[in-house]
Amino acid sequence: MRVTFTANGKPVEADDVWEGESLLYMLRERVGLPGSKNACEQGECGSCTVYLDGVPVCSCLVAAGQVQDREVRTVEGLADENGELGLVQQAFIDAGAVQCGFCTPGLLVQTDALLEHDAQPGDDDIREALSGNLCRCTGYEKIMDAVRLASARKCAGKAASA
Amino acid sequence: MSTRTTHTRTIQGQKNLQNINQASKDGIGGSPLRPDGNLKVKGEFAYSSDMWHEDMLWGMALRSPHPRANILSVDISEALTVPGVYAVLTHKDIPGSKYYGLEIQDQPALAIDKVRYHGEAIALVAADHPETARRAVKKIKVEYEVLTPIVTEEQCLHPETYGYVHEPHEYKSHGHGNICHEQKLVSGLGVTDEVRATADVVVSGDYEVGMQDQAFLGPESGLAVPAEDGGVDLYIATQWLHVDRQQMAPVLDLPEEKVRLTLAGVGGAFGGREDLSMQIHACLLALHTGKPVKIVYSRDESFFGHVHRHPARMHYEHGATRDGKLVYADCRIVLDGGAYASASPAVVGNAASLGHGPYVIPNVRMHAIALYSNNPSCGAMRGFGAVQAAFGYESQMDKLAAALGMDPVELRQLNAMSEGDFMPTGQQIDAPAPVAELLQRAKDMPLPPPLDTEHLDVRQVPGALSNTSHGEGIVRGVGYSVGIKNVGFSEGFDDYSTARVRLEVIGGEPVAMVHTAMAEVGQGGVTVHAQIARTELGVEQVTIHPANTEVGSAGSTSASRQTYMTGGAVKLAAEAVRRALIEKGRRRYGWTHDDITLVGGKVVSESAGTLVPMVDLLGDEAIDLTREHHHRPTQPFDKETGQGFGHVQYTFCANRAVVDVDVELGLVKVVELTAVQDVGKALNPLSVVGQIQGGCTQALGLAVMEEIIIRDGKVRNASFTDYLIPTILDTPPIPVEILELPDPNAPYGLRGVGEAPTVSATPSIVAAIRDATGLALTRIPVRPEHLTTEKPGA
Repeated sequence: MRVTFTANGKPVEADDVWEGESLLYMLRERVGLPGSKNACEQGECGSCTVYLDGVPVCSCLVAAGQVQDREVRTVEGLADENGELGLVQQAFIDAGAVQCGFCTPGLLVQTDALLEHDAQPGDDDIREALSGNLCRCTGYEKIMDAVRLASARKCAGKAASA
Repeated sequence: MSTRTTHTRTIQGQKNLQNINQASKDGIGGSPLRPDGNLKVKGEFAYSSDMWHEDMLWGMALRSPHPRANILSVDISEALTVPGVYAVLTHKDIPGSKYYGLEIQDQPALAIDKVRYHGEAIALVAADHPETARRAVKKIKVEYEVLTPIVTEEQCLHPETYGYVHEPHEYKSHGHGNICHEQKLVSGLGVTDEVRATADVVVSGDYEVGMQDQAFLGPESGLAVPAEDGGVDLYIATQWLHVDRQQMAPVLDLPEEKVRLTLAGVGGAFGGREDLSMQIHACLLALHTGKPVKIVYSRDESFFGHVHRHPARMHYEHGATRDGKLVYADCRIVLDGGAYASASPAVVGNAASLGHGPYVIPNVRMHAIALYSNNPSCGAMRGFGAVQAAFGYESQMDKLAAALGMDPVELRQLNAMSEGDFMPTGQQIDAPAPVAELLQRAKDMPLPPPLDTEHLDVRQVPGALSNTSHGEGIVRGVGYSVGIKNVGFSEGFDDYSTARVRLEVIGGEPVAMVHTAMAEVGQGGVTVHAQIARTELGVEQVTIHPANTEVGSAGSTSASRQTYMTGGAVKLAAEAVRRALIEKGRRRYGWTHDDITLVGGKVVSESAGTLVPMVDLLGDEAIDLTREHHHRPTQPFDKETGQGFGHVQYTFCANRAVVDVDVELGLVKVVELTAVQDVGKALNPLSVVGQIQGGCTQALGLAVMEEIIIRDGKVRNASFTDYLIPTILDTPPIPVEILELPDPNAPYGLRGVGEAPTVSATPSIVAAIRDATGLALTRIPVRPEHLTTEKPGA
């Protein structure tokens, strides 16, 4: 089948999609967006998290055909058009929250969604929001630091622009 | 229409580290940011599973559902008729050697006549879509004669009754029967009745460690591309490119130079990528079909496709004087190595030589063995033989402290080894060993506040959002531990690393290029190499060349050795480049100063000031030099006595754990896990702390949740739904304090960092749970049923 949708603001068509394919497979292997990662492919690790119509989902659990005429935003869409890093991306680098980095794309999308919803989350809120994203390298401490840093910068940015 | 039209992503694997000329002055001791961080947060870093090639096929393996069976027949005819299938291969299609292995060549690349573990690969398929491959795999017909698996210690040790995992006539191990390897050790008087009689207090215990998985997030994967010269190019996530090639070439029947490996992005490793997984399979399919072949394991296949941490059964007996001085230790450690040897011999060596802990014990007797069984193969995992033992000896220290009525930290400090002391192997500790100080610092750190049951946020208590408790039934405990780990490869292995450093003028600036075959698996070696080059060459711009087999071996990214070994090689090569540049200046300008160095892009004399900008001296000529770094030689352990200068370096970490336990439901919440570690010299403090926190978290997993469940040789939980690794909710704050006591034998005085916390942190958590509950807890991971059905002090 052919699937037509929007990926990171651009119209995309994928042909010959098998009906059992996941959104994750279609993004990675057909559309040239391999940023979303394939760690467990059963919705347990969060590495493949993308926005679907603005809501973070595990793309491995979404059938490719389900995104017909809908909007997908992946980790590749978090930087701006000039490649300038988004606030959450920069915070993850600055805090040392990226080691092997395989979990990072999913964590970035989930953190972006958290801070959209609540710009100043407490530690328990951060842990709750990110509990669906496994990381095997960092011990999560530096991920906590990154989210706090992104939150602080976001609030400072808002204060500056107010 | 696919928007992807080129195969540039294949080559992107080579670009993961290019064009990253960081304009930074950060040398060693600073914390410059990762050179690959920018690509990683943009989703543009090419991991091995991201490799892509026009016209590529997908490879997949048929795996055994039985842990032990004879293969009576394999019929591939129906699988070959599936549209889209290009090849179906069995062991008969292997052109060269049928066996490979890290230390013992006992593992068939594809099963021959029998299978020895659940998940062993029997046949391979290449097809145009992973689903096509999956359907074809299901159409391969295998006729089995299913046999009773040999899985328990009792069964393994009595092969005449229960059978052999490898028949004696095909035997390739170091041992005998179903024993893959064994190592004994005796120091002092050993453990005799006379020695026992000199102890006032004796404690003993049996301890058990479950099978832990590395559970790296990036699945085993790679892309093999057949080459016009009859060879093959493999883009692969691994820990050691050269040892992969060394094992692959004989099976593929190719000279090593025709098997070219380039490191693709690695999504974590932790020892699980030391052995081959899909490397040979992808290359066999690529060479057979003449097309690029990509293999990406699913998560369940990943559980079957790599070796795990050895489960262990241990018996410990310690004797001490009334005032707490250790008199003797008697230890037996039985490791289940599974179907194939992998790294079992070296794991046994570590367990035997480190299995008494960082303590001075006048008399020691140790017997460590690894068994062949029909359980999944076990090999390298972070902590490598030292982890299992640490749970045993640290449990014993707590038991002994209780028997003596002593504070557990004071008992440890009283017996702690320090510089100048001897290991039971007879090796003298010739570098700082601040065991007592590490413990003291862990103890002196402020404790977290008590649980506030008045204003309780249920997310902070055991059970969390499951709302199982609002504070009732929750008790707190505190526990301590310390561990010892070796750095680098031991027992006489000439463990070396190679680095090539090139200095040239690019765009009017002096630029250094560092080329090694080091596998960057996430640990940050690439960052450190750039720091070393900046420090030694006085340049700002450093490019890290992609790791491949075009340069000499870097050895494995394991054993906490890469900063020591490849970092050391980068240092040697950079120093050689520096000397060559200065020599060039002496010849050209006739300098006679003996205090010339390179700083800020200039050749500088400390007495005479700037001599010349480096760009002027270099001109159009590059200086390009390669050096090998060998650590000081070690010796094999004597087989019977375990004596020998076996290890390169030792490293130590101490932990304090604070836990809350819901004693009614058996739920544990680790509240805080403090780590104090001596790192010799922190070349990159941000990365060092990250390694320690990550290592502690894997230890937490082993303490309370992580285990591959096996029944009758069959794996029951090969998924992230059922094999649990700590989430951010399970992981507490991990305060880290680092000491920097330089090791005179190591580059910059550094110590390997990555493993020590994984060795030491598990026992501290179990000690804290014991402190909270009064239970004996002799098996890890500690499960709810242990907490609700065991009797205190049992």
